[in-house]
Order: sequence, then C-alpha cells, then structure tokens
Amino acid sequence: MAIEVRIPTILRSYTGGAKIVEGSGDTLDDLLTDLDSRHAGLRGRLVTEAGALHRFVNVYVNDEDVRFLGALDAKLSDGDSVTILPAVAGGAFGFAAAAAIAQHSAAAAAITQHTAAVPAGRRAPVTAG
Amino acid sequence: MLSIDRSIVDAIVAHARRDHPDEACGVVAGPVGSDSPTRHIPMDNAARSMTFYEFDSMEQLRVWREMDDRDEEPVVIYHSHTATEAYPSRTDVSFAGEPGAHYLLVSTREPDTEEIRSFRIVDGVVTEEPVRILDAGVDPHAVQSYMFGQSPATVDYECSGR
Repeated sequence: MAIEVRIPTILRSYTGGAKIVEGSGDTLDDLLTDLDSRHAGLRGRLVTEAGALHRFVNVYVNDEDVRFLGALDAKLSDGDSVTILPAVAGGAFGFAAAAAIAQHSAAAAAITQHTAAVPAGRRAPVTAG
Repeated sequence: MLSIDRSIVDAIVAHARRDHPDEACGVVAGPVGSDSPTRHIPMDNAARSMTFYEFDSMEQLRVWREMDDRDEEPVVIYHSHTATEAYPSRTDVSFAGEPGAHYLLVSTREPDTEEIRSFRIVDGVVTEEPVRILDAGVDPHAVQSYMFGQSPATVDYECSGR
C-alpha cells in the first residue's frame, strides 16, 4: 500500500531532492524503516537512538500531530498522507541553562520551605545595608 | 543580506513588544526562490515563556500548507529575546531546521530601542548578515510638495525652487 510522505527542505538530501516520496507500513515506525531502505539515513534524522521521535521534527498523519496518535506506534492506512516539518523552536537560554535555572528554583523552594519550618523568633534578623 | 520592508519590521517589533516579557515568534513568507519576505504571519508561542519559544504544531502545519498552496516559503523566521542580546542561543542553533531561511532576532531588553539582527544557521554554523530595511512606500524620486495654510494667499512659494 502506498502512503505519501512530504519531506521538508532540510531532509531532501536523503531523497535526491524529492519533496514527496511514497512508502508503506502499518505504523509510522514501519513506514520510516521502509523509507530508510531506499533513502538511507532518513530514519536516523527522525528517530533517536533510544527509539523515540526526535524533538526537532514534527510528524503529522493527515491533519494530526503523531504525538497525539501514539508517536511511532501511530497506525497508518493506505492513502494516508504523512507530513514531516522541522519543529520551529528556540529561545534565549540553552537547555543546560534552563535545567540549571530549574534546579536553582527547586533549591530556592527548598530554602523557602526550610525557612518557613524555623520558628519566626529564631530566624536571623534581616538587615539592610 | 536580508532585505525587508520597514512596514514588516515595524509589525515584527510591535508583535515582540506586545508579547514582552514572553518571547514572540513568527514567519515572513515570500514567493519560492525570491528571497523576498512579503507576508507577515505572527505565530503563537506555544511555550508562553520568557526564555523559550515554540510554534504550536497544528498552527505550523496550517501555515506551512498555506505557504505551499501559495508557492511560498518561510523567508524569515523570527523570534524575540526579552532579556538578552539578539544573537542565536545554542537552543536556537540546535533547532534551526530551515537552511534557506533568514533567522531574525529582535531584542526587547531595552524599553525604548530594539536590537534587530539576522543570521543564517546551516548545519549548526551561525553566520550574521546585514539587514537592509526598505522604505517601499516612499519613492525617493517622487516630487514632494506640501501646501500649508488655508487660502492661496498664505502659500509660501519660496520652497518650490529648492
């Protein structure tokens, strides 16, 4: 059975420049394995070594984001259309920095809780200057 | 180099100011192969964060299909940094998935001025490029004439010779 797959610009180096390719499979996982047999390396750009869908891509079956359809286990039928797009995301802080801030917040919360647990009269006075 | 209409830059800056202190993001589409950004599409920041932005995946599908139908491509992908400089972060670089796009960053950390810079991000390599702002609405060769006053008697013709 044939499933139409739309390839984003950044991955067309794997499809000889083709914008649309065809493949087959009962699930998204099967389809990507099938595609990889003709377009070697494509699967590796979409699936992590741990076997999950990459954070950097969005994959849709017809009009649905596959993250809501079971990701790689999403069921496919003949005539379905699969669209791959680069996820557009970013921001001022790197993941490492964001994680550090999250930890910092957790630490701050722990300190707040600790402070609250100490009776008010025994807290060190806060002085300005 | 990125050449972009002032009206579009103004709209991007207005969007960034509106969403400050959260990061704002969006696209400027243009005809395929033209390298000319003509249609401004502000996008929702699904992350609604001061330090992260992310297109909503369903909105992105709709907008990308619409561009496809109109033979357009994302010429500019922009977002704002609200407390830091307008330079791509490591997160920006790791996500950059449109090698043909100009990645435009706007910093709104100063309340009165905006820093606007443009970059190419290909295979993890960031290259800054100049931004040329076009005043499309103003023809520099057009005759500019103004008439002041309410009756012809008060018109100052001295200006006409200059």
